[in-house]
Amino acid sequence: MSLQDSTGQLEEIIGYCESLYEDVDLQCVQRWKAAQPGRRALGFMPVYVARELIYAGGVLPVGLMGGGDQVEIIKGDAYYQSYICHIPRSTIEMALSQRLDCLDGLLCPSVCDVIRNFSGMWKLLFPDRLCRYVDLPQNFNPSIGGAYYRREMDLLMADLEALTGRRPTDEGVNRSIELYDRNRTLVEQLYRLRSDQPWLVPTIESYLLLRAGNVVPVEEHNQLLEGYLELAPRRTFRVMDNIRVLLVGSFCEQPPLGLIRTLEKAGCYIVDDDFVLVSRWLTRGIGAGADPVQRVCNAYLNASTFHSSKYEGNQPKRDLLLQRVAQVKADGVVFCAPSFCDPALLDQPIYMSTLDNGGIAYTAFKYAENTGQFQNIREQLGTFSDSIKLWSVQAAKEMH
Amino acid sequence: MSNPATHTHNVKKDDSMLRQKNMLSEYYRRVSFAHEEGKKVVYSFVPGNLTELFLTFDLVPVYPEINALQNGMRKVSARYIQTAEKIGHSEDVCTYVKCDIGMLLEGNKGPTGERIPEPDLLFLSYTGCFTFLKWFENLACHYGAPVALLHTPYQGDGTITQNMRDYMVRQLRDEIIPQLESISGKKFDEERLRSMLRLSAQAEEDLVAVLQSARLRPSPIDAYFGGVYYIGPIFTAFRGTQECVDYYAELRREIEERAAHGLGPVTPDGEMAEERYRLVVEGPPNWTSFRDFWKMFYDEGAVIVASTYTKVGGVYDTGFRHNPDDPLGTLADYCMGCYTNLNLPSRVNLLQRYIDEYQADGFLVNSIKSCNSFAAGELLMLRELEKRTGKPGGFIESDLVDPRYFSAANIKTRLESYLQMIEQKRKGKVH
Ligand code: SF4
Ligand code: SF4
Repeated sequence: MSLQDSTGQLEEIIGYCESLYEDVDLQCVQRWKAAQPGRRALGFMPVYVARELIYAGGVLPVGLMGGGDQVEIIKGDAYYQSYICHIPRSTIEMALSQRLDCLDGLLCPSVCDVIRNFSGMWKLLFPDRLCRYVDLPQNFNPSIGGAYYRREMDLLMADLEALTGRRPTDEGVNRSIELYDRNRTLVEQLYRLRSDQPWLVPTIESYLLLRAGNVVPVEEHNQLLEGYLELAPRRTFRVMDNIRVLLVGSFCEQPPLGLIRTLEKAGCYIVDDDFVLVSRWLTRGIGAGADPVQRVCNAYLNASTFHSSKYEGNQPKRDLLLQRVAQVKADGVVFCAPSFCDPALLDQPIYMSTLDNGGIAYTAFKYAENTGQFQNIREQLGTFSDSIKLWSVQAAKEMH
Repeated sequence: MSNPATHTHNVKKDDSMLRQKNMLSEYYRRVSFAHEEGKKVVYSFVPGNLTELFLTFDLVPVYPEINALQNGMRKVSARYIQTAEKIGHSEDVCTYVKCDIGMLLEGNKGPTGERIPEPDLLFLSYTGCFTFLKWFENLACHYGAPVALLHTPYQGDGTITQNMRDYMVRQLRDEIIPQLESISGKKFDEERLRSMLRLSAQAEEDLVAVLQSARLRPSPIDAYFGGVYYIGPIFTAFRGTQECVDYYAELRREIEERAAHGLGPVTPDGEMAEERYRLVVEGPPNWTSFRDFWKMFYDEGAVIVASTYTKVGGVYDTGFRHNPDDPLGTLADYCMGCYTNLNLPSRVNLLQRYIDEYQADGFLVNSIKSCNSFAAGELLMLRELEKRTGKPGGFIESDLVDPRYFSAANIKTRLESYLQMIEQKRKGKVH
């Protein structure tokens, strides 16, 4: 294949992902459902749900991440005060404007009080549609939190059965586990490539690829990732004099695409981030085998990543952040969180003091999913990137 | 929890007020000297607090939320909040957390001016609010103290399932109690816990009688502004003690006497002479201008006959009582039943019930800028209640302890126009 061919194919993949990103009416989900009678789709809010189980039941898990800057808020503001983040109002807007009608239900995982209360709002607004609050255990002891979670997942299985009329079989769950394990491997490869050669994988592309995984079946997402991973390394992009940063805090309400583009234009290679975390929540594969539902539960207990919504237990997240910085060889950390996001913002002082102690540079700003002006952020990041470059030059001089 | 009424010189203090004042002074003395007296200090939260369990181990409980609200009343919270913001706390987050961290950074002088000792244990009973988790993770960093986590499942479907209950009981039995034993150096004494729970239930009975006295016309109490004073002992360090039982018995006698004489509530500005409006309130109060806030209602003859804030540390008026026969199960039920652990439909149902049972003219939301746990969804609750009850709903906004978000003029105007709406409705002008 010529370079031109592969460039064209890459553009095609990213173009397709971008069209999915822009598909705020979820037409892709409607098409998927229409292709076979009896198909069902279940929406879920950030950050993590066991997609393996949902898909095993023949139900498409659809990740909802707000309306970005594409959904005009007409009714949503009447449901939320100005001091509450933006994602629930755009999600309500989408629901009230029938954009989410193709979803047969909604799962609200335990991320924060806003999403928690959102589950109740959904129940009040749409009493006939399934809505379940998924209270992920904060106790990771198998006989305590594990036993509780298992029974909650059995409830989810019963919900799936009620939706489709058939209970997912062990074979079905195992098949689904294998598909998602493959997905995790591919996503990790994508992140590794980005970390090793960030000039080959612009953040905007990896972001759009990940977002596509929210709305298409996992088999199709795997194909997109495989295609991209095969083609991207053939690129001959110029290596820029960018700093390497780890981006933290964008796990729920998402920054608009313009902001993500701005980050890189301001001289930063984002070598790791927490966008669309559902695809990276488990740090290892689950593995098919006996009692696959239990395997899914065990993976949550033993292999969940560190996160603002997860109790850190005896693994202080500040240490894990430092490990991550070292792993991806980041020059600095960019705290990029939605306004009014308690979980992300309340972690920042802990992280900041840790980075201060470790002599690692950082900068912080906030956004809303519909922020339209990025000039200030661009300037702030530009200065941040310049100062890091300057320090490294100085440090190099001092060493000589 | 102190009441502004205790700060006034114009109003005769009831015996129960004096009793509460003494209880609090003694409590803060105990806190300040806990370490000198060889006691261990455990920090915890009001919703889902397990005071009886702490007391069983002779641990001294400290409630950072109470310190924060007291600091708000003492008008030092603004400074503390700024101190916390200087170390990177966002202006967007819960101001209780910032007020507490600011206090810590400035030497941990508590509401009485005495130093609050560092925690020997951070008891993260994580009920009805995610921010609690973040709050104690921050404190754990500052203090380096161990954390005991009790995850209280949320009533997402409006019920407590057996699975949720089992989860709680297992956490208590297999992890929490052993941790408390190890911190305190004492063996768990289930009998002692049972006898405390018996006392809890007695006090709860009297508290409910006090709160339900507001069904009368005129109401002898204000169930929001006055209510925060009534819930003080039982929501904090006293539940399960004889002192607590005595306090509520006395309070109940006083209130019943007021009711028998057809008297209205006592306020810092005097007795409420004429009850012109009966309101139900959702949301916490503002503490930095608590007295001014209350006076706005007093001036208009508006009495709060029921409130949800007075249920954050336990919803007792729907029947729950601590049950000494099932000590761990009852603690689990208590935690899961606290107001902010109820889902939105249950919160709406409870408010609807209050509006009906207390014959309210309307309901008002005081939406707190920094509290997602309460605030997210309140606008929909308002609409839903208007739809169900046909009563007018009002909406005001303020903050708990950040005075930057208390605009007296704005709130007063909104309150006045809201009360006018009730007036018009009475005259049949609004449909
Ligand atoms: S952006 Fe933050 S506060 Fe808002 S819903 Fe998401 S996690 Fe919750
Ligand atoms: S968010 Fe609300 S409930 Fe939670 S700690 Fe803050 S004030 Fe309390």
